Amino acid sequence: MSDIILQIDGKEVAAKPGMTVFEAAQSAGIAIPTLCHHEKLAPYGACRICTVEADAGGRTSFVAACLYPAEKGLVVRTRTEQVNRMRKVLLEQMLSHAPDSEDLLELAGEYGADPHRFEKEPSFCILCGLCVRYCAEVKQKHAVSFFDRGAKREINFIPEIAVKECWDCKECFPLCPTSALQAAYVLTESLLTPPEEPSSCGGCSSRG
Amino acid sequence: MDIGTIDQIIDNHQSEAGSLIQVLLEIQSQNNWLPKEALTRVSERLKVPMSRIRHITTFYKTFSLVPKGRHEVHVCMGTACHVRGAERVLDTVREVTGVGPGETDPELNFSVETVNCLGCCALGPVMVVDGEYHGNVETAETAEVLKKCTCSSE
Ligand code: SF4
Ligand code: FES
Ligand code: FES
Repeated sequence: MSDIILQIDGKEVAAKPGMTVFEAAQSAGIAIPTLCHHEKLAPYGACRICTVEADAGGRTSFVAACLYPAEKGLVVRTRTEQVNRMRKVLLEQMLSHAPDSEDLLELAGEYGADPHRFEKEPSFCILCGLCVRYCAEVKQKHAVSFFDRGAKREINFIPEIAVKECWDCKECFPLCPTSALQAAYVLTESLLTPPEEPSSCGGCSSRG
Repeated sequence: MDIGTIDQIIDNHQSEAGSLIQVLLEIQSQNNWLPKEALTRVSERLKVPMSRIRHITTFYKTFSLVPKGRHEVHVCMGTACHVRGAERVLDTVREVTGVGPGETDPELNFSVETVNCLGCCALGPVMVVDGEYHGNVETAETAEVLKKCTCSSE
């Protein structure tokens, strides 16, 4: 199959059919930030931090590079003023949920995002879905999942599965861009371990 | 709800994973809520991971993972109903049933929910009881409709 030629940041880039803009850029050594992307997982497009400007079919639009297919003649700009501004706001919003995330703080420095711009709502999770998808797609254990929707959406472990599978795996921990996952696991674990039974109570028996 | 009934519903859908939502809807409508045993059975038979079932059942408001009352009361709190006195309707509902939005009374008579516009604002304030619409409800009428429910179920 012949290569697709597209332009990224003024550079001609050759991509294989089926590649995304992100993959094409990566192969040409052009960095696009990502948070919810993982090479072993199907593209998901949750965080939008990889947003780039793309001209296709006479129109300019903002697309998620990790999802958008590389097309012939596509013209992509990865660092325009508008793109930078979008990333900055996205980071500020995510930081209101996960104020201590090192990954986010590092990007915030790069894009001049103010971590304190929005009121803190520490859910500690930015719903990138890396843990959920890794467990389902790679490990096929389905131990962790999204619950609820909208503003209440959150990740949780299915205790019955977690108790069997997670202890020896924990491969999702390092994927999490915040520390929410670990916290959720620790919580699940503590709920699963019954509190130690006092060996003899004496309460009732002593009362006869 | 016994396992046989659940199996029957699953069989009607040829145990297809693609029918998950249909199967869950049928269990929900026959049983008013989705007990954990039912979900486990569905997960086994349709070969859908529990995580996915949990995701779906917590996503759609139709599904309930806690027991629901025999009578479902929906009070519209949409803008039109709000200005026409939805708050009063809700107060009456609370008084008669003893429970507020999102709650179910211990005898499992009523589950109360609020909704944001039922699409018939001209009838406001609107209350829906077991699928039946009651428009322009006054306090007395609200109470009457609800009391009728308790009588018929006894
Ligand atoms: S817990 Fe971490 S990995 Fe999982 S969705 Fe949230 S931020 Fe992503
Ligand atoms: S990396 Fe593309 S949307 Fe998250
Ligand atoms: S606001 Fe109640 S029906 Fe529209």
